[in-house]
Amino acid sequence: MSDALVIANDLTKRFGDFTAVDAIDFEVKQGEAFGFLGPNGAGKSSTMRMIGSVSPITSGSLSVLGLNPATQGPQLRARLGVVPQEDSLDVELTVAENLMIYGRYFGLSRAVIRPRIEELLDFVQLNGKRDEKVDKLSGGMKRRLTIARSLINQPELLILDEPTTGLDPQARHVLWDRLYRLKQDGVTLIVTTHYMDEAEQLCDRLVVMDQARIVAEGTPSDLIVQHSTREVLEMRFPPGTQDENVAQLSGLAERIEILPDRVLLYTPNADATSSEAHARGIRPVAQVSRRSSLEDVFLKLTGRSLVE
Amino acid sequence: MNSTLRMYERSARVYRGVWRGSVFSSFVNPLLYLVAMGIFLGNLVDKQTGGIAGVSYLEFLAPGLLAATAMQAGAGDSSWPVLAGIKWQRYYLAALATPLSTRDLVMGHLAWVATRVALVSAIFVLVATALGAMTLTGGLLAIIPAVLTGLAFAGFVTWFAAKLEDGIGLTNLFRFGIMPLFLFSGTFFEISRLPDWMEPVAYLTPLWHGVELARSLALGVDPTFSRATHAGLLVAYIAVGTVLAVRQFEKRLVI
Ligand SMILES: Nc1ncnc2c1ncn2[C@@H]1O[C@H](COP(=O)(O)OP(=O)(O)O)[C@@H](O)[C@H]1O
Ligand SMILES: [Mg+2]
Repeated sequence: MSDALVIANDLTKRFGDFTAVDAIDFEVKQGEAFGFLGPNGAGKSSTMRMIGSVSPITSGSLSVLGLNPATQGPQLRARLGVVPQEDSLDVELTVAENLMIYGRYFGLSRAVIRPRIEELLDFVQLNGKRDEKVDKLSGGMKRRLTIARSLINQPELLILDEPTTGLDPQARHVLWDRLYRLKQDGVTLIVTTHYMDEAEQLCDRLVVMDQARIVAEGTPSDLIVQHSTREVLEMRFPPGTQDENVAQLSGLAERIEILPDRVLLYTPNADATSSEAHARGIRPVAQVSRRSSLEDVFLKLTGRSLVE
Repeated sequence: MNSTLRMYERSARVYRGVWRGSVFSSFVNPLLYLVAMGIFLGNLVDKQTGGIAGVSYLEFLAPGLLAATAMQAGAGDSSWPVLAGIKWQRYYLAALATPLSTRDLVMGHLAWVATRVALVSAIFVLVATALGAMTLTGGLLAIIPAVLTGLAFAGFVTWFAAKLEDGIGLTNLFRFGIMPLFLFSGTFFEISRLPDWMEPVAYLTPLWHGVELARSLALGVDPTFSRATHAGLLVAYIAVGTVLAVRQFEKRLVI
């Protein structure tokens, strides 16, 4: 027996003729934060919904918490927490009522739920909004309430589908801070996102998904080591002169990525590369040197930028 | 069983916020209809004909209108609220991420509709009794077929609503389905007055069976078929509607 909470083999999801998830394999271990990175349409949500046992798998195999989602859905869902990509809060109820009713869906008694409501509202910093109707909450508050709701049954595994998409940076920060705490409390997390910086900080391991397939897997630092150089030198040139400048760059870096508005030079040492470029008479209007990130891994693997 | 009650509890919670308005209109609607049609129009009818089927028009109308009111409540509660749970507010989707199944959702919904229809019917009977349109015993007995009628429509309308992408289909359902039934299913006049070809059509509608049974219980007379037949058919409609609704929920929501 492995200690994996989720084991997927050849996991496939088709909608009619369209394959949304194409024979993917992965394992999520107890206590880790596991990320799914990928652009829109990659198949992340379809995968999350299969793990959450709300969407039947088309083929392959999937085991979650040692249970089979196809035959043991209710028992399985009783032990999961889910934050879906689209909010599904009950807008006809108040903040506290949302938690109460959701807890009741799990068959918990009111006496058990009541103290949990207070704890969770504390945890997501919504105590002041206890008796507000949900419509009155901001986007960030709704997301936080959805996270509180997903914790009402004290789940062993928490599945979060783009928990921070569409939020302003401050709201995102609060949310990721809460997730970090949950992870420290030992809750196993599965998170999808297309914010690379956050994934790098939170996830112990992650997979990169593109067009229904997993294209890479590992810890954030492994992925960067495997698929990118240590550093990146970004150069911007005056409008219309990028092509002629690029022609002079050849040989300067291990790999050169040309984006519409800038050029990325992948190199072990950005400063050294910068000096060499300067010696060749290349004069960018702006340049930044930085460490490689998952964004670079993604660009390398898929030829596309993640955040469009 | 326990899990069926979860959706019921949600609806009851939501109702707690709106019950005043809802109870108020449950009083006003029968009052307006019974006074305008039952008493004023009824006076005219009674003068011309000496009553319908051996009773005053008001007494004839009240049980029929009770069944028709139950139909509207059952259909109404199963239309926009069901589509909202699937598409707009998505509360059914939220519930399906918990141990609940589509069957729990539909059964909990219908159990709630039964409660609502019973409440609306009870208020109707109060108003009708106060106006002398029903005896209290007759009225209370007629609540049973009223609830069956409400549920017969609730099942089918839930099924229908769960197929839709927007509210246009529901507007049409009420305009071209529920409204004609309300007018032509023996509520305001006996269906024997309809053109011959329409009579068998009325036999097919759950509302007519509800009206027949409610009238028979309220007035203590024999219905067109036997009471057991009318009740059995209503129960059959409920069963078919419920099965269709659960299957449609599964098809729509578990993908
Ligand atoms: N219910 C559905 N019916 C048909 N196609 C779907 C359905 N759900 C998702 N898809 C398609 O599957 C692909 C993957 O979608 P999704 O899993 O939501 O990706 P992601 O979450 O990575 O953006 C997309 O092309 C999407 O249009
Ligand atoms: Mg998605």
